Amino acid sequence: MTTETAQPGITATGQPVNVQQLTVLGALKANMRDYGLLLALILIMLFFQYFTNGVLFKPVNLTNIILQNSYIIVMALGMLLVIVAGHIDLSVGSVSGFIGALAAMLMVGWRFPPELAFLTNPFVAGAICLVVGAAIGAAQGYLIAYHKIPSFIVTLAGMLIFKGLSLAILAGKSVGPFPAEFQLLSAGFIPDVIGPTTLVAASEGVQPLVLHTTTAVLALSGVVVMVFMAIRGRARRQARGYETEPFSLFVVKNLVIAALVLFFSYMLASYRGLPNVLVVMALLIAVFVFITKRMTFGRRIYALGGNLKAAALSGIKTERLTFYVFAIMGALAALAGMIYAARLNSATPKAGQGLELDVIAAVFIGGASALGGVGAVAGAVIGAFILGVMNNGMSIMGINIDLQQMIKGVVLLAAVFFDLYNKNRA
Amino acid sequence: MSETILEMRGITKTFPGVKALSDVNLNVREAEIHAIVGENGAGKSTLMKVLSGVYPSGSYEGEILYKGEEQHFKSISDSEHKGIVIIHQELALVPLLSIAENIFLGNEQAKGGVIDWDETRDGARKLLRMVGLSEDPNTLVTNIGVGKQQLVEIAKALSKEVKLLILDEPTASLSEKDSAALLDLLMEFRKQGITSILISHKLNEISKVADRITVIRDGRSIETLNKEDISEDRIITLMVGRSLDDRYPVREPHVGEVVFEVKNWNVFHPQHRDRQVIKNIDISIRKGEVVGIAGLMGSGRTEFAMSIFGRSYGQKITGDVFLHGKKIDTSSVEKAVAHGLAYATEDRKTFGLNLIDHIKHNTTIANLKGISNVGVIDDMTEMDVANEYRKKTNIRSSSVYQITGNLSGGNQQKVVLSKWLFANPDVLILDEPTRGIDVGAKYEIYTIINQLAAQGKAVLVISSEMPELLGITDRIYVMNEGRIVGEMPTGEASQEQIMRAIVRAEGKAS
Repeated sequence: MTTETAQPGITATGQPVNVQQLTVLGALKANMRDYGLLLALILIMLFFQYFTNGVLFKPVNLTNIILQNSYIIVMALGMLLVIVAGHIDLSVGSVSGFIGALAAMLMVGWRFPPELAFLTNPFVAGAICLVVGAAIGAAQGYLIAYHKIPSFIVTLAGMLIFKGLSLAILAGKSVGPFPAEFQLLSAGFIPDVIGPTTLVAASEGVQPLVLHTTTAVLALSGVVVMVFMAIRGRARRQARGYETEPFSLFVVKNLVIAALVLFFSYMLASYRGLPNVLVVMALLIAVFVFITKRMTFGRRIYALGGNLKAAALSGIKTERLTFYVFAIMGALAALAGMIYAARLNSATPKAGQGLELDVIAAVFIGGASALGGVGAVAGAVIGAFILGVMNNGMSIMGINIDLQQMIKGVVLLAAVFFDLYNKNRA
Repeated sequence: MSETILEMRGITKTFPGVKALSDVNLNVREAEIHAIVGENGAGKSTLMKVLSGVYPSGSYEGEILYKGEEQHFKSISDSEHKGIVIIHQELALVPLLSIAENIFLGNEQAKGGVIDWDETRDGARKLLRMVGLSEDPNTLVTNIGVGKQQLVEIAKALSKEVKLLILDEPTASLSEKDSAALLDLLMEFRKQGITSILISHKLNEISKVADRITVIRDGRSIETLNKEDISEDRIITLMVGRSLDDRYPVREPHVGEVVFEVKNWNVFHPQHRDRQVIKNIDISIRKGEVVGIAGLMGSGRTEFAMSIFGRSYGQKITGDVFLHGKKIDTSSVEKAVAHGLAYATEDRKTFGLNLIDHIKHNTTIANLKGISNVGVIDDMTEMDVANEYRKKTNIRSSSVYQITGNLSGGNQQKVVLSKWLFANPDVLILDEPTRGIDVGAKYEIYTIINQLAAQGKAVLVISSEMPELLGITDRIYVMNEGRIVGEMPTGEASQEQIMRAIVRAEGKAS
């Protein structure tokens, strides 16, 4: 049904457009999905905070949650693109395991002649691993995009192949430990270049409270930049006369997000500061948000997943795009494999197995559509954290692994059910 | 006068935020053909969904009396049980099942769950004969044309011992010949006592077969006309709520030099390598000229257009395309667009729009370069563009953030046009630009076509509606079986002449 609710106005550039101020309720409804997901994460965290007697929010545990889930989140970013493009990648777990094995063999497993010894350098080996991962993704993408073999089949085959290859190159054994530089990827924290700030000095009966100053400064400047961008964006929209959310909601939303970021940064700062892997993750998340929201490349992926034929007839090179999406997925799986291996400090033949399911679940909990064309990076990241916090919380509570699995299954189903229910009601 | 078989009283149906139907009354007599007309989005389909139980009893207000009894249909199977069968615009056949399997789908000729294939085939053959089809019941549905598929749908309805047959835009994708056959069939049914409700945009068809017409506008029933009161002008006036003096805007052509030329174009079928679909076509379009391609369904018009546009159809394509006298490479859609070609598809839902995304993203997708800088999209520019084209093409929506899947056909078509207008082409190919959209929106689209020509663009319009071609073009090519079989200035053309060109070609071919 068509309705004319907009009222004409005049922009700064003189052209009439629709000036519309959304009501608080309307804006909340329009963003129900995004807020709802974040709210669900916060509620789940509070729930476990209570039932673990305050262990969940301990700085060391929060740091652990990030370290434990970093590789899932890294892969969820790529999987989001894959799923939005209307495909699936079942091979990412095995590929990450294989790359972990390759990294181990390059750095400590294989004996190279002196002229090839540079290959054992963690940075060289890491670069090789990324390239190999991208090549694996590209090879699968080539079959999917240009030979029209369903992604489910290609990547199912990939899953088996790379599971086998990991076993083969590790000869069935665990290989490690890694050089110290490589371990830093998962075990390291950014250096406190400014030097620690002591808030509460150690004295009798009082726990000392020392802040990682660099972390605190980075977090503060990050929040300032974020708020500045939000205000500037709002001002730009208003200047052109486009609808904006109500001011009160805008303020509350930004305050809540800023408070959350500052709270978690404070927690991290009072432990050992920002983990290296969180920096990598944050950068990747920022890049993928930018790609999906602001770049033509991202826009084309949504168009492709929304209607392949219409996208092709709009001049989009659908095959090449699909190919790139899988290549990116491969590179991210490689990075995740290295993070995983560095965290365990060894490559095991079983590494990565089953991870693809966690990654796919995270993306779907985050609101992506199994039919393609719908999904958001923020959703996938929150989805991954929801799963991660549940894993962590339930383990602390001592819930058996069998029950944990069932609960996670129910949560996945409930999230998607809630999503569809909402959509149908709208 | 025969008895009332169906009466719908005071039907009101509300969706969140929208009143789709308000106090609609409909009275249908036994064994009549009752037409329902109205603009797109007027509420015709909603009304039929209420009747057939797609929207279950309780989700709307008002009452339905069928054969004198009040009915509370909870689902389609309830209404089918009473002999009310609806045939939707989008056919509900399974392409890879046979005709017989489709006819008895959900109603299998079976004993204890085991299908009796002899019974199925014989039954199907009998039903096919009733609708005038001589096809083998074992033929897969995908292998017969759209017109015949429509007849299979009707055969399927007959298998359910239909008393009241509802057809939603049955001839929208049929050729004139198939349409005529279908309408004849409805008249035959009338003789047998089957009542039909016909939803259609094609006023000429309605005036030919309908006994009575109910006009619906903005979710209200406006008036029911008897056969003797039916005239196209009167229907149009009731439909749009104002009188339309002219269905086509006045056209003042300013035609310049030749802009676009296709020479010696040959295309083969994508699956059957030896079947030549397009045979030696030469056409040209001048600056500011609107050129039409007339022809029957299946004459190869869409195939021709799509093969030019980035080889989106066919194989073994040979021939040359010239723009401003220079040969251009149109071997991919991207290259074709870059050279200034645009093709707005006849099937906007399958090929034209991303239906799950909003107007803004659909408007800019064919020209992302125009709103981005080194691959980064400028939000504000995109908003400006989307709003500008929404206004230019008069898309009726709450904002540019409305999901295109929720727009009416006419507004969807305007989004498709917006997309290609923003790509700023020199040559615009419009394939059935007004299919399935209402009179008011048609006029708006004709106006846009006129404006494009006035801006000096070359426009090629493919249409199955001859009056439309005669109303909006400057020159007409006639196509038949993959060849151009006639060319005439519109001023000297008539429907009869176009048909004659086609028939003459048919005569030669056989």
